[in-house]
Amino acid sequence: MTTDNDKTTLDRADARVRHDDSLKGAIRDFTDRLRSGDLGMLPVIVGLVLISTVFSALNPVFLAPNNLVNLLFDCATVGVISLGIVCVLMLGEIDLSVGSMSGLASAMIGVLWVNAGVSLPLAIVAALATGAMIGAVYATLYNRLGMPSFVSTLSGLLAILGLQLYILGPTGSINLPFASALVGFGQLWILPAWLSYLLGLLPGAVMVWVGLSVMRQRTAAGLSAQPLGRLVLKAAALTVGLEGAIYYLHLGRGVPVMFGLFVLLAVILNYGLTRTQWGRSMFAVGGNREAARRSGINVRRIYLSAFMLCSTLAALGGILSAARLASSSQQAGTGDVNLNAIAAAVIGGTSLFGGRGSAWSAVLGIIVIQAISNGLTLLNLSSSLRYMITGGVLAIAVIVDSLARQSRVSHGRG
Amino acid sequence: MQARERLPAKGERILSLRGVTKRFGAVSALTDIELDIHAGEVVALVGDNGAGKSTLVKVLAGVHQPTAGSIEYMGRPVTLDSPAKALEMGIATVFQDLALCENLDVVANLFLGHELSPWRLDEVQMEVRAWTLLKELAARIPSVREPIASLSGGQRQTVAIARSLLLDPRIIMLDEPTAALGVAQTAEVLNLIERVRDRGLGVIIISHNMEDVRAVADRIVVLRLGRNNGVFTPETSNQDLVAAITGATENSVSRRQGRLAAEAGGTTA
Repeated sequence: MTTDNDKTTLDRADARVRHDDSLKGAIRDFTDRLRSGDLGMLPVIVGLVLISTVFSALNPVFLAPNNLVNLLFDCATVGVISLGIVCVLMLGEIDLSVGSMSGLASAMIGVLWVNAGVSLPLAIVAALATGAMIGAVYATLYNRLGMPSFVSTLSGLLAILGLQLYILGPTGSINLPFASALVGFGQLWILPAWLSYLLGLLPGAVMVWVGLSVMRQRTAAGLSAQPLGRLVLKAAALTVGLEGAIYYLHLGRGVPVMFGLFVLLAVILNYGLTRTQWGRSMFAVGGNREAARRSGINVRRIYLSAFMLCSTLAALGGILSAARLASSSQQAGTGDVNLNAIAAAVIGGTSLFGGRGSAWSAVLGIIVIQAISNGLTLLNLSSSLRYMITGGVLAIAVIVDSLARQSRVSHGRG
Repeated sequence: MQARERLPAKGERILSLRGVTKRFGAVSALTDIELDIHAGEVVALVGDNGAGKSTLVKVLAGVHQPTAGSIEYMGRPVTLDSPAKALEMGIATVFQDLALCENLDVVANLFLGHELSPWRLDEVQMEVRAWTLLKELAARIPSVREPIASLSGGQRQTVAIARSLLLDPRIIMLDEPTAALGVAQTAEVLNLIERVRDRGLGVIIISHNMEDVRAVADRIVVLRLGRNNGVFTPETSNQDLVAAITGATENSVSRRQGRLAAEAGGTTA
């Protein structure tokens, strides 16, 4: 227990609020948060434990290092799409066409790069620009014509799929050269061991560094600061967890470069959402559009940025999946890509109702989703069963989100 | 956040409306409104539904433009052609529905749209300023890092008023600040209004609750059917006020105020 300071800090003057810096207090805060419906990462952790127990019991290969490495390769492609979904869900909108968009981007890579002989970087830029443009169209339909994103992106789903089939032409499938850098990136490239161990140290180090500088600033400004012990403990736990995971992956092939790119994008998006005015505006527009407008936020520009980011990331996801499969085909982006991307964001804790979420929800959520799909594939289940099970998981995720939201409202946590 | 040229002295006239008229087609929502606001003064705007209170507030907030008449602000004639302009000049409005984001904490709401260092939010500085401002107002907010959803109605009103003060206004307009509040919370908000007045701001408060109005207002301006219907002091009896609002009886107070207004109008014209 903390003793009463003789000098109360600015933010600790009100006796009605419980402040408890001890470990017991931290645990009590955590259980309080859970009870009020602030589930955070808990569904993901429960889900992962459940999934790995069930699947490794059914097939021990599931937890083998190399299977997990494959899992991470798969996570990166749909995970990048899911990052974009986080942005639109944050505003309480949706983009149902991300699957088609990724398919179109993958087809563009095949057609432009392999068939037309355009250089690879140029083809990638063209695919990303197409994504940005389609996002801008959705935003304009929403902002100027008041067309709900649900409808505009649903029609986009079909229209973009049509475009994908059109540019692929009658052959329907283009193989990407296997020796190329793109395919190497999508299937083979692994971070060197020393680099991945080093990168594993980074989050903990950054956490301590930022935490210390915030502590210094807060103390200087007369505010309370979080206790040093808790900060070090958190950073240490994170570092040990990450290094352990990296060690385990290096028993197999190691950490895919493509997964590194995915995490890097998540870090950037996380910074944008939590530490910039743009991110604050995203939360505000998702929470209360009218209040945001009256605060002088350019609401239309926020919608434009979210839709463009979502479609562009979907295009990038499509390029990555083309690299992963070494082909651009009519099947790219169809099937469960759409739902997996949306389900990942929701399972990770981004609310379908707007105003709540984080970039990390895409990372954690996609690991859950891909673990299920990977496990089902190992069991040699047909895609009919896979679809049914994934659909059920999405339904459960949305139910949890809905219940948690009701609980938050009744506990006054927004 | 921009510095105003100078703080008006207590009692100095900040805002004056002369003959302000607003017509929507054939309907005359406001006719020849005269209104003066001084620094360090609470003016209550009362009237029945449809008396033109909200229209007048919207004219001052820059939402509507008057059809005729002149507005003088800090001794200079001005046109309030947009909400942004009114805000920039120092006329802040707290609307009835408060417009707070329930999912964000108090600090984020206070600084919404005006965050410090947009590319690397300065949370520490914002939190310090939030606490300082709330302390100046002696506002009782338990924690500025809790989402708005966890605050009571009175605390939300406090946050909304504090937010309007952050832009350093000269006049603050409150639309029905106590309408949805309980007894204790109403008292809290009325205390807050007095402290805002003591900072030397002009306060315009719209309310249907005569008790609240009488508790906090220095002058009570009655509107009826879009016209001035007398200026009263808080000591005026309830009957006289109600009579002026409803127009039920021609009473001595309104007759005297009418005469005074006519004289004043005669000298300024």
